[in-house]
Amino acid sequence: MGVLTTIFWFLVAIAGCLAAGWLFRTGAIAITPAGVKRELRTAPLTASFGMLMILLYILVAIFAPLIAPFPERAVVGTEYMPWNSVHLLGTDNLGRDMLSRLIFGARNTVGIAFATTLLAFLIGSVFGMLAATVGGWLDQGLSRLVDVLMAIPALIFALLLLTIFGTSILTLILVIAVIDSTRVYRLARSVALNIVVMDYIEAAKLRGEGLWRLITREILPNALAPLVAEFGLRFCFVFLAISALSFLGLGLQPPLADWGSMVKENATLISFGDITPLLPAGAIALLTVSVNFVVDWQLHRASGLKE
Amino acid sequence: MSPILIMIAKRLALGVLTLFIVSMLIFGATELLPGDFAEEFLGQSATPETVAAIRRQLGLDLPMHIRYGEWLGVLPGWTSVNAEGVVTGRCLGAGMTAAEAPTHCGILQGEFGDSLSNRRPVADLLGTRLGNTLFLALYAAAIAVPLSLMLGILAALFRNSVFDRVVNASALTSISFPEFFVAYILIFWLAGMGGAFPSMATIRPTTDFVDKLYMTFLPALTLTLVVTAHMMRMTRAAIINLLASPYIEMARLKGMSPMRVILRHALPNALAPIINVIALNLAYLITGVVVVEVVFVYPGLGQLMVDSVAARDMPVVQAVALIFAAAYVLLNLTADVLATLSNPRLVKRR
Amino acid sequence: MTVTESEKPVLLTMKGLRIEGRADDSWTGIVNGIDLELRKGEVLGLIGESGAGKSTVGLAAMGFTRDGCRIAGGEIRFDGIDLTAASEATKRHLRGARIAYVAQSAAASFNPAHKLIDQYCEAPVQHGMMGRAEAQADAVDLYRRMQLPDPDSIGFRYPHEVSGGQLQRAMTAMAMSCRPDLIIFDEPTTALDVTTQIEVLAAIRKIVEEFDTAAIYITHDLAVVAQMADRIKVLLKGDEVEEANTRTMLAAPKEDYTRSLWAVRSYARAEQPPVAGDAVPVVSVQNVTAGYGTLNVLENVGFDIHARRTVAVVGESGSGKSTAARVITGLLPPHQGRILFEGEVLPPDYRRRSRDQLRQAQMIYQMADTALNPKLRIREVIGRPAQMYLGLRGKRLEDRIRELLSLIELEPDDYIDRLPSELSGGQKQRIGIARALAAEPRFIICDEVTSALDQLVAEGILKLLDKLQSEFDLAYMFITHDLATVKAIADEVVVMKEGHVIEQGPKAAVFAPPHDPYTELLLSSVPEMDPDWLTDLLQARGEV
Repeated sequence: MGVLTTIFWFLVAIAGCLAAGWLFRTGAIAITPAGVKRELRTAPLTASFGMLMILLYILVAIFAPLIAPFPERAVVGTEYMPWNSVHLLGTDNLGRDMLSRLIFGARNTVGIAFATTLLAFLIGSVFGMLAATVGGWLDQGLSRLVDVLMAIPALIFALLLLTIFGTSILTLILVIAVIDSTRVYRLARSVALNIVVMDYIEAAKLRGEGLWRLITREILPNALAPLVAEFGLRFCFVFLAISALSFLGLGLQPPLADWGSMVKENATLISFGDITPLLPAGAIALLTVSVNFVVDWQLHRASGLKE
Repeated sequence: MSPILIMIAKRLALGVLTLFIVSMLIFGATELLPGDFAEEFLGQSATPETVAAIRRQLGLDLPMHIRYGEWLGVLPGWTSVNAEGVVTGRCLGAGMTAAEAPTHCGILQGEFGDSLSNRRPVADLLGTRLGNTLFLALYAAAIAVPLSLMLGILAALFRNSVFDRVVNASALTSISFPEFFVAYILIFWLAGMGGAFPSMATIRPTTDFVDKLYMTFLPALTLTLVVTAHMMRMTRAAIINLLASPYIEMARLKGMSPMRVILRHALPNALAPIINVIALNLAYLITGVVVVEVVFVYPGLGQLMVDSVAARDMPVVQAVALIFAAAYVLLNLTADVLATLSNPRLVKRR
Repeated sequence: MTVTESEKPVLLTMKGLRIEGRADDSWTGIVNGIDLELRKGEVLGLIGESGAGKSTVGLAAMGFTRDGCRIAGGEIRFDGIDLTAASEATKRHLRGARIAYVAQSAAASFNPAHKLIDQYCEAPVQHGMMGRAEAQADAVDLYRRMQLPDPDSIGFRYPHEVSGGQLQRAMTAMAMSCRPDLIIFDEPTTALDVTTQIEVLAAIRKIVEEFDTAAIYITHDLAVVAQMADRIKVLLKGDEVEEANTRTMLAAPKEDYTRSLWAVRSYARAEQPPVAGDAVPVVSVQNVTAGYGTLNVLENVGFDIHARRTVAVVGESGSGKSTAARVITGLLPPHQGRILFEGEVLPPDYRRRSRDQLRQAQMIYQMADTALNPKLRIREVIGRPAQMYLGLRGKRLEDRIRELLSLIELEPDDYIDRLPSELSGGQKQRIGIARALAAEPRFIICDEVTSALDQLVAEGILKLLDKLQSEFDLAYMFITHDLATVKAIADEVVVMKEGHVIEQGPKAAVFAPPHDPYTELLLSSVPEMDPDWLTDLLQARGEV
């Protein structure tokens, strides 16, 4: 395959993606209520494509058992079978169906990354807003703690903690969530700090409002937009971090179908010019790209920069 | 003393303090390990008496803060004499007499203890690997930093043009890719099927410089792709953020060319965030090499760390984590100081 | 203005200029067909409220539109060059060299990363008019003419090392660096205190006369424009209302809108009878010393506020007037002194005050934008205090909210479910008032409540506050820097400077001679509508 043909197919693929995005946007605008319509109209093709992909991933994750032709963990053929009509994407190093494991992977890898991000957000944003609102020693204490935790590189910290606590799914989720919550804390705190100096917060304090109402009614609604965008970004980080750990053999453990470990288990094929092991890696990449495209659009809108 | 010196001194003190706390965390981590070393060491022959004896012999009966002091090297290492009159001690290496042994042997003296898996001193394991990791990181940085600054400035200059959109979308895509994906794609294209570059960067201390550059080209390229995207996006964002400021409008109303507006009016004010991003990415280069080193079987610190985590070889994990953390803290500190110096408002106070 | 001036050659013409701005997906008009003619050496005043399009017109004179705006039609001709058709390069050669711009906030418009003199030299050097050394010598000369202190060395400072009034003069000097034919002054003194404003106005007028430069002077302040301009053009929502020679315009405005602008300044509330000698003040501030850390912002401050009375606390920025409000509300516990409410000592920290004590003292803020939570509907903004303090629920709460909306003259059905972003600036300020009223307080602090508003809107707010005061027996503490507002609404005046009370007493007493020297300076610095005011004042002060 010459360089020119490669570039040609590459461009065709991009055009196809953008066309799919356009179709999706047109279709979505047609069926959604007026408020959402106006939002959607501002979406660039990249973001539309992203939304379409995220939707597809969610559907695949939910309906995995219905879509997958074979069970997740069953050995159904010989090792490293090439692509054929029964096993569309061949089999893996143990003879399990690649396509089925890819489909189940959507459920496991994405599901765990999502749960971890959610937990990280819960911890990080609660403490971040609390620190910004209460201030004083609580803020000082929490912020210095986070400073120290952030002084250890995330991946290294995760490796250190996993050495100590072992590699079960629960510890994986907890470890990554705690490490990632420090980043969420920073953002939540700085967003909340910008809100806390507003006169309406002063007015609420002078009115005698309690802490709970101050945070839930006055601060949170105004902090939601940047936090939601950050959720997308953090999800990408967590997703990539878990995949990296799995790839290193320290994340999700076999026989669970997981994209990171699938790359590792079948990596030898690459040197033989077989791209099958790149598929799970591509699945990871496609989802993070999609989320990033959508987040980028949202951040661009939020920044209000008209240029 | 000028305020700026005080500020730098404060930052330095804070950095040292942070490192100190990090070292405590890393040391404390061993304490959380399930199981008792003495019991494991003795295996079947463990009785309460023998365990106590071994604990006393290895200095494990000392309180935690004392052992931390020894580990750090601020307190003299323990010595003890057993019933047969044999002297053992923390700092007493094989074939050493008690008189030859140094009094202190902690991290500050460059002693990280022995690896559990092969009984070799950790410091020996680290030596060449640290150099290799730094080489790879510098290699990638040398390409990535100038490239990303240039792309970022150009994208800001031609914002919303086709060039900007393409660069931006590619950067976003490359940020989203897992490193191993980038690495394997590069291997697939540039190394496999008669490609020009080796897929394994198995360098030795004897490999000469040019060969090293050639053999580590693919890992360096992988790292470059990953960090360039990030730095370029942040550079662009930092500049564009400022373009709405009144002083930029003023520069345009003074008839300055778009290039001059960006380079002379926006860039100096965007330096602080840009320096921070560069530091962050350099720190990432040093620590984020883990995955890349594994893919390319590169004999660096990251590989060592992964192997040691799998083997639960705590002294090695501690040492590598500490080195990575120190690099991280140092880079952030440097960035902080440089960013402060780039701001005349902080340097020259009224 | 003499006959010969009208014979000078025409420098700038605009014909049917239309400029549009992008809002969501459509273009809406910002300037809808303005004609303008400016001759060499002439100063034209552009005046109007916010949204009149005056800055947009000013920038258009340089062939420049802000991002998200476009020139939709018409013609701009500068010295024979058609700016709507000219290339970017042509316009770049004009900007800074032949047409210069002086922005509203010099502090934001100087690049914080470069020294003043480097920024001065940039235009002449880049436009190839002078060498660097020559430009630098020229800068010192102009700094001297602009009466900047220490002209030889001030240029070697960074913007943050120079005060606001000096920066504004340095910016005018910078605009002069290439000796342009035309300078656009875009509200150059709006952000300054009155006493500083005088110096800047005097310097600008002097230099424009010296170099015989034409200028467009944009402002919302009639009295200021009266001092600066030969001719005045009044704009309203992108349309021209009228244009005339300054003296004619001031003496006999033709249009109703112009007349209404003129009339605002004449509002004054009815004289109140003196307070009975034995009356207990609603709020009494006694010997308060307060500040942040060891720095005292207030020193031994004391004053009383009685029911149905408005006490205006007036001072320039840094006088401590807002700090006084923070002490009264309990946000900043004082180092010394105490606050009495109807004779009872209030706990210094608001967190220790009872709910009823909090209810009795309410606050209205300067920036209505930041004073209302953008995510809460008006129903909740106003309803919350009523629900919290008075325990109103359901139908009674709903009725009370509607009643409050009627009180502030907003139609309840229309407004009750709106978000703050769906209101104009004046309406937001009214909601702020309603929120304070909802607590049924005895005392309200008004912190610069009108200074962010256009004059006509501000007048409406002042009238409303007056009406509510007599209706509910309220005591007001009115913090302001604007003496016109003080004259309009105060019963008593407290003049503050650098944390001290300089003078206090009934309005008539404070505003009648003999004055304290600072009060005198403050009072005499307020621009008047007389075009000769500045000249006379400078002569009186011996500065000409």
